[in-house]
Amino acid sequence: MPKAFLIDTTRCTACRGCQVACKEWHDLPANSTKQRGSHQNPPDLNPRNLKIVRFHEHLDARGNVVWNFFPDQCRHCLTPICKDVADMAVPGAIVREPETGIVLFTEKTAELSPEDVRAVTDACPYNIPRYNEETRHLVKCDMCVDRVSAGLPPVCVKTCPTGAMVFGEREEVLETARKRLEQVRQQYPKAYLADAEDVSVVYLLAEGKEYYYEYASFM
Amino acid sequence: MTNHWIDIKNADAVLIMGSNAAEHHPVCFKWIMKAKDNGAVIMHVDPKFSRTSARSDFHVPLRSGTDIAFLGGMINYIFETESYFKEYLLNYTNASFLVGKGYSFNDGLFSGYNPETRSYDRSVWAFETSADGAPVRDMTLSHERCVFNLLKKHYARYTLKNVSDTTGVSEENLLKVYKVFCATGKPDKAGTILYALGWTQHTVGAQNIRASALIQLLLGNIGVAGGGINALRGEPNVQGSTDHALLYDNLPGYIALPRAKWQTLADFNKDNTPVTALKNSVNWWSNRPKYFASLLKGWFGDEATPENDFCYGLLPKGEDGEDYSYMQIMDKVYHGQMKGGFIFGVNPMNSFPNTNKMRLALDNLDWMVCAELHNSETTDNWRRPGVDPKTRKTEVFLLPSAHRVEKAGTISNSGRWLLWFDKAVEPGGEARSFADIFVPLINRLRDMYRNEGGTLPEPLLKMNWPETFDAEEWARRINGFFWADTQVGDKLYKRGQLVPAFGNLQADGTTSSLNWLYTGSYTEEDGNKSKRRDPSQTPMQAAIGLYPNWSWCWPVNRRILYNRASVDLKGKPYNPQKAVIEWDGVKWVGDVPDGPWPPQADTKNGKLAFIMTKDGYAQLYGPGLKDGPLPEHYEPAETPVAKHPFSRQNSSPVFKFFTSDMDKIAEAADERFPIVLTTYSMTEHWCGGGETRNVPNLLETEPQLYIELSHELAKEKGIRNGDGVIIESIRGRVEAIAMVTVRIRPFTVMGRTIHLVGMPFAYGWTTPDCGDSTNRLTVTACDPNTSIPELKACCVNITRADKLTEIA
Repeated sequence: MPKAFLIDTTRCTACRGCQVACKEWHDLPANSTKQRGSHQNPPDLNPRNLKIVRFHEHLDARGNVVWNFFPDQCRHCLTPICKDVADMAVPGAIVREPETGIVLFTEKTAELSPEDVRAVTDACPYNIPRYNEETRHLVKCDMCVDRVSAGLPPVCVKTCPTGAMVFGEREEVLETARKRLEQVRQQYPKAYLADAEDVSVVYLLAEGKEYYYEYASFM
Repeated sequence: MTNHWIDIKNADAVLIMGSNAAEHHPVCFKWIMKAKDNGAVIMHVDPKFSRTSARSDFHVPLRSGTDIAFLGGMINYIFETESYFKEYLLNYTNASFLVGKGYSFNDGLFSGYNPETRSYDRSVWAFETSADGAPVRDMTLSHERCVFNLLKKHYARYTLKNVSDTTGVSEENLLKVYKVFCATGKPDKAGTILYALGWTQHTVGAQNIRASALIQLLLGNIGVAGGGINALRGEPNVQGSTDHALLYDNLPGYIALPRAKWQTLADFNKDNTPVTALKNSVNWWSNRPKYFASLLKGWFGDEATPENDFCYGLLPKGEDGEDYSYMQIMDKVYHGQMKGGFIFGVNPMNSFPNTNKMRLALDNLDWMVCAELHNSETTDNWRRPGVDPKTRKTEVFLLPSAHRVEKAGTISNSGRWLLWFDKAVEPGGEARSFADIFVPLINRLRDMYRNEGGTLPEPLLKMNWPETFDAEEWARRINGFFWADTQVGDKLYKRGQLVPAFGNLQADGTTSSLNWLYTGSYTEEDGNKSKRRDPSQTPMQAAIGLYPNWSWCWPVNRRILYNRASVDLKGKPYNPQKAVIEWDGVKWVGDVPDGPWPPQADTKNGKLAFIMTKDGYAQLYGPGLKDGPLPEHYEPAETPVAKHPFSRQNSSPVFKFFTSDMDKIAEAADERFPIVLTTYSMTEHWCGGGETRNVPNLLETEPQLYIELSHELAKEKGIRNGDGVIIESIRGRVEAIAMVTVRIRPFTVMGRTIHLVGMPFAYGWTTPDCGDSTNRLTVTACDPNTSIPELKACCVNITRADKLTEIA
């Protein structure tokens, strides 16, 4: 059964439990970071951060502060373009588990040439793949495939205290997402589900992606 | 918390003020979001727009240190719109009590003020009593000296204009909060107030919380589901450590610290056992002698006898009126009046205010013992930046301390739930838990006294002290034992068996308990109740998310305090949909009630609802605090405002301060320091960061000290986002990285623009290049009741730095 996430940004408090739990579960070492005038740190996804919470602040039309949080990760596309591109060079470098819908970057990504790596990276509509210089692997969120295959939710979902993240069978998650959207629209009339028909990780956004992150949604 | 975490979901309005709940209590937001799902309005009143504000229905920025003005305005609004719950006021509060003629209030000062001692004679604030000592009441609420009218008059000055001028909150925003929250004054509505250190860390901290109590009582929000005044405790076991006398002025279970004037137990009991003239007042503290005798019995065992005052004479006595808070201790250290000491569980060289003074003070110690997970700014003070270690004499004993997960025991969460945790792993290396450090240390001292003698050996040698520490055994001691065979109902308890409830504790030496509040947590019948994880509940309990079989809660597993005020005089719930308790004609059902007695309407056996107050009524007017019977707005000790509209008394007339050369406080409206600084913690680091800065994945998320400031101030000062800046107060200088944000905006205060900046205090020099203590800026001025320093408001200036030395 294909799996899916709902990430309801209207419930996220940016506690970053998901961001840190992801590192812990995957045994990823810490980066040396600097304060640059933002809470968003590390500033971007990198081989040691497969999930980060992005922060965006602005004033709305009435002058009220709006602070949006976007826990960014691979969308696990139903038809992953990254896989199509990689398949042309190294079949098996990127695979999609038909049963769960999890898209995985395998060790064979090390066989991709620098040009192939660039092609895969450029192809992603969400700016997700990152190249690990040390291992020469392409890396990204693996939806905690080890946990999911053992019947556990991904660790980021497990960590979320507010129920911003919901994980389960695709149809059920989409049903939940539609219900949430209906409710959320009472407060945020412009709310929408980002690319719900094409991805396994569906974001509920309160307003246009320009108020979150340029790659927050494709459509 | 009067209520508990899950109960937040029952609220119709959630006022988060003096707290950044989403960032400091991330998991609690689960219940706040549930309240929101159920239609509650979530409001955040705070100087800065934070992650809490982002998830609230709206945020209202407030100049730090003006909470009483804001809340006083709400009290005035309640009177003007008659939003109060009159039946509740009459039956459950002292609204109808007459205040004696000795009370007056004039231009910011209450009667009884002595400017020389900066203190009040509180006796002049007393209630009017009849010949038998009972309070005189006016149930028509028409007497000019009844509490209701005194309150109304006192807060009439808190007009929208005066409040807006002082707080910097627009009148529109004031009304937005007032309207939503005061709508909970209806019998079937509830509003909850969530606060934290944003209220306590002020020179008027205790009165901030008193003001919230006034509002909640006026609206009838105490005792009900979704109501209450809820202190979100900043550390997992703050509740437990407070219950067990972490604080200097009391003993476990909120029994006063013995003082020189109470040389005998009888002296002590005479002054600490309230007496009421009202027959239907439970006056629970009349039981205090039983709890104190049981505490002494727990401490001294068979050595404690009625004949020797249960060893009361062996307890050290505080000097009358002397303040033993950590602020005073550090001042004594600064003045060379202490030679050595133990500093456990706190990192004062980073977390205490005016850290430059603290750091110099510590140099005066000959020796110091610390137990820590990591080296800290305190353990390593002798080699701090700019100091030649060779010139520092302090010998430091740094003991490796076990982590929380390396020991078993209980914590008491904010909702007063006693929760057992198991040891997950053995402590690494030579690390030990605090108890495994202390118990053998005391035994070593006992041996030395036994073998070598010394001055006054009895307090240590007569102690009922174990050979080794065992958390289960200690939990049993806290619950307490019978020291003589005792019949309770139809059951005979043998000497050495556990006392089933604090109602069985005695003043005659036949029982012990290390803390009466916890008696009943560990019983012969049910074992260690902190281990209970049974979600079963009745449908009535399920309706409000009450889990009576999950862990255990003090007192007597009562989940919502003062719950007898959630029902009318006949015991019928004011809100039947979210009933906490109900009288079924024979007994109470639902939560554990505040005592088994029938409802108040039963004139023979019924009892008054507020069992912890002497006369059984909640105290709108409270003659107990040192700075007044009613909360009044005063500016912080250090303020950009030279005068405010409420009185000519600019700052609190009784706040505590120090007089050393290092304890400077800038004059009000000092042009050198025109900007308000507020300080805080954050999600990613825990308090002063002593632990979390050593967790690389957390340091990665928040690596260095920052200062949040508005675009407007940044423009004025030529500061760009990410620039290095220098912040200066009259006490110190700190470097930080500028975070220029729309989340902080200038305030308009009495027609003038006042800027506010905010900084976390999580960074210290022992973590390389991350910055150093923000508290080098903060002020050593304290609340007169609690001695908690005013960490939330002081005055600074800020300039762009060309070069930073503390941050790289």
